[in-house]
Amino acid sequence: MSNLQLLWFILVGVLFSGFFFLEGFDFGVGMTIKSLAQTRAERDVVIHTIGPHWDANEVWLITAGGAMFASFPMWYATLFSGFYLILLLILVALIMRGVSFEFRSRMESDAGRNFWEWAAALGSFFAAFLFGMMFTAMVKGMPINAHGDMTAHFTDYVNLFSIVGGVAVTLLCYLHGLNFIRLKTTGTLRTRALQWAKPLYWVLFAGEVVFAILLYFNTDFFAKKPISTLILVVALVVLTCLATWGVYGNHEWLSFISSGLSLIDVVVLLFNGLFPRVMVANNAVNSILIKDASNSPYTLHLMTVIALSVLPIMLVYFIWSYWVFYKRLAS
Amino acid sequence: MNLGLSILSLARFQFAMTTVFHFFFVPLSIGLALVVAIMETVYVVKKDVLYKHMAQFWGRIFLLSFAVGVVTGIIQEFQFGMNWSDYSRFMGDIFGAPLAIEALVAFFMESTFIGLWMFGWDRFNAKLHCAFIWLTSIGTMISAMWILAANSFMQNPVGFMINAKTGRAQMTSFSAVIKNPQLWNELPHVLFGAFVTGSFVVAGMAAFALLKGKNVNFFRKSLKVSLIVGLVATIGVVAVGDVQTRYIIKEQPMKFAATEGLYKDSGSPAAWSVVSSMDTKNHKTNWSIEVPYVLDILSYHKLSGNVKGQNTLNKEFHAKYDKKFGKNMNYYVPTKTLFWSFRVMTIAGGLFALIAIIGLFFNRAGTNLILSQRWFLWVLGICTFLPFAANTAGWLITELGRYPWVVYGLLTIADAVSPNVSVASLLISNIVYFCVFSGLGVVMIVLSRRALHHGPDDLLQATDDAPYDPYGKGAFSHE
Repeated sequence: MSNLQLLWFILVGVLFSGFFFLEGFDFGVGMTIKSLAQTRAERDVVIHTIGPHWDANEVWLITAGGAMFASFPMWYATLFSGFYLILLLILVALIMRGVSFEFRSRMESDAGRNFWEWAAALGSFFAAFLFGMMFTAMVKGMPINAHGDMTAHFTDYVNLFSIVGGVAVTLLCYLHGLNFIRLKTTGTLRTRALQWAKPLYWVLFAGEVVFAILLYFNTDFFAKKPISTLILVVALVVLTCLATWGVYGNHEWLSFISSGLSLIDVVVLLFNGLFPRVMVANNAVNSILIKDASNSPYTLHLMTVIALSVLPIMLVYFIWSYWVFYKRLAS
Repeated sequence: MNLGLSILSLARFQFAMTTVFHFFFVPLSIGLALVVAIMETVYVVKKDVLYKHMAQFWGRIFLLSFAVGVVTGIIQEFQFGMNWSDYSRFMGDIFGAPLAIEALVAFFMESTFIGLWMFGWDRFNAKLHCAFIWLTSIGTMISAMWILAANSFMQNPVGFMINAKTGRAQMTSFSAVIKNPQLWNELPHVLFGAFVTGSFVVAGMAAFALLKGKNVNFFRKSLKVSLIVGLVATIGVVAVGDVQTRYIIKEQPMKFAATEGLYKDSGSPAAWSVVSSMDTKNHKTNWSIEVPYVLDILSYHKLSGNVKGQNTLNKEFHAKYDKKFGKNMNYYVPTKTLFWSFRVMTIAGGLFALIAIIGLFFNRAGTNLILSQRWFLWVLGICTFLPFAANTAGWLITELGRYPWVVYGLLTIADAVSPNVSVASLLISNIVYFCVFSGLGVVMIVLSRRALHHGPDDLLQATDDAPYDPYGKGAFSHE
């Protein structure tokens, strides 16, 4: 494995981390449209909290997918063709929520608005749940042949472990969304988000314990990398403790940063466990390795130069756009 | 399950369906971004608030189009891995790079600045706010450049080698990939086509509004801006189309022969078929109505010269490729589709130029001709839909004309498809996409019509200090 290959494995991880940190609260806020927000005015406000940002947040996913294609095409090809039906559902979910905000604002009847609100809420829910399910199934190991083709059956990706993984990611996103709403709104929405977060954090603790146990039995993470895996699992619990403290002590920034970092921690946990593979096969000899999956040194070097020169500029205006819309919204 | 369907035909159908639908909204968004940016610039320069309202009003259509374009674009990116995994493996070294660069450079730019533009009317001074729509517009054009760089490699592979050990294509020169002449022939045509689309949608919708006779001043000024952009863009699209034609006859003669319905060589001087009846089974032309010399003018800007027909080219291709791909390959491209698509494009181009000139004449200051010539407003209204047909025709020629290759001369379509995806999965995804696209298309049309029906009254009547909320009227306030 070359340094460039290692760098791009990390960069793909960074892009997915950015995606889950940012789109994580988007998904959460999307789900609150039909749960936390109870009046039309409140729904207007929660949608406005992510209005200027959700599209740019989703670009992190597109970039992660593009970067995967540009650095590890064998990984991209196997993953995307193998998880065909899950990705189809994810696409439908992303399409529905993607158009919902714009379409809802043009509706004149309550029924029309209601329809697109459900599209936003369900789209956000299924996108978060299915991504969680897919990545959990991915690290468990899949039937992959020597050519790198994956032919998974229903139970390969829908099982107790992957469902728990999906639920855990959904819950993390939902709480991250509540924490974002606490930062961005005032009045009843802000206090209600705080009230709702309290009991949910205890559910999350339970979920994390179940997930850790299933992780032990379903993957080789603990067997192959006991120390780093353990550190990352403990870090997840510690971050959840900090977020809970932020909820009970009403420290809004602490909760938000902690819930975002827990999502990143989950991505790091998965990538750490994958290493030095990119796809885990049931039959270990067919697992796809970083060293075999990548593009040529020429392309990796080219992409490194481009990414490192463009990313800083992009981050400046990306962060600036958050700073500009920092103000809280009131209903 | 066997319905006589193969994964190859289903995957091809899906690529056609998703790309055509996606490419309704891509040129519309690129074109509308430019038209809106020009309107807002006029506002900044002239300080005439009517142009601000114009930018806001047509911005609504732009935002609708942008939303649908974004979500259908994600399918495009995922599709290469989902349906064409062997293509992705073969081409990843070259194809992935422009895709990733497109996301990094263009998608972040357009999505961030469209957010700032959309929600920033009350927050920034007029010049800075105007810069946001220009940055969005430039982002959409940069995006087109990178995705067409990827497409150009498939049409005309350059700057690569085949790795003997892995059998995969490998990039040897990034600058050659970027300098690909195919790209610089294709990109201007696509961009001008997008400007035609955006401007004629605005012009057509303005014409429908003028038929109703409300907000005449607002819509006449919109018509003026859009027809000026439309005329310039039409001249551009025809001019670069001509350059592109002469490029294609050299680089992809099979594609060109099919757009002219030629099976036999034309001989010199070459006549141009206005209409033809083609027998695609027996590879011959039954009859055609011809205009002498015109094909030579089109192809070479001369009055003499032979244009090779598909029969000759098929033999040449067999001689060239049989060693690698076997004797059973069929190199004929879908001739009827290409022939008629080319004519749709050509006629549309001529029509747009004519209509733009008449429109600007009727709409000139000091007369009310535009309002009295109702037939013309109807023609203009119908022109809202014509650019989409022309764009689709153009892509049918480009993409079907590369048959049987997915990467010209290197990889066949049959070898590119995902071997592990089942017919059932592909059938389900085709049905799902079909339903989703039909739904989105209907909603898009209904909402655009509704926006036009309501007109710009809410903008024109609003007081100067009322906050402008893209998601509704004052449903919330900033603390």
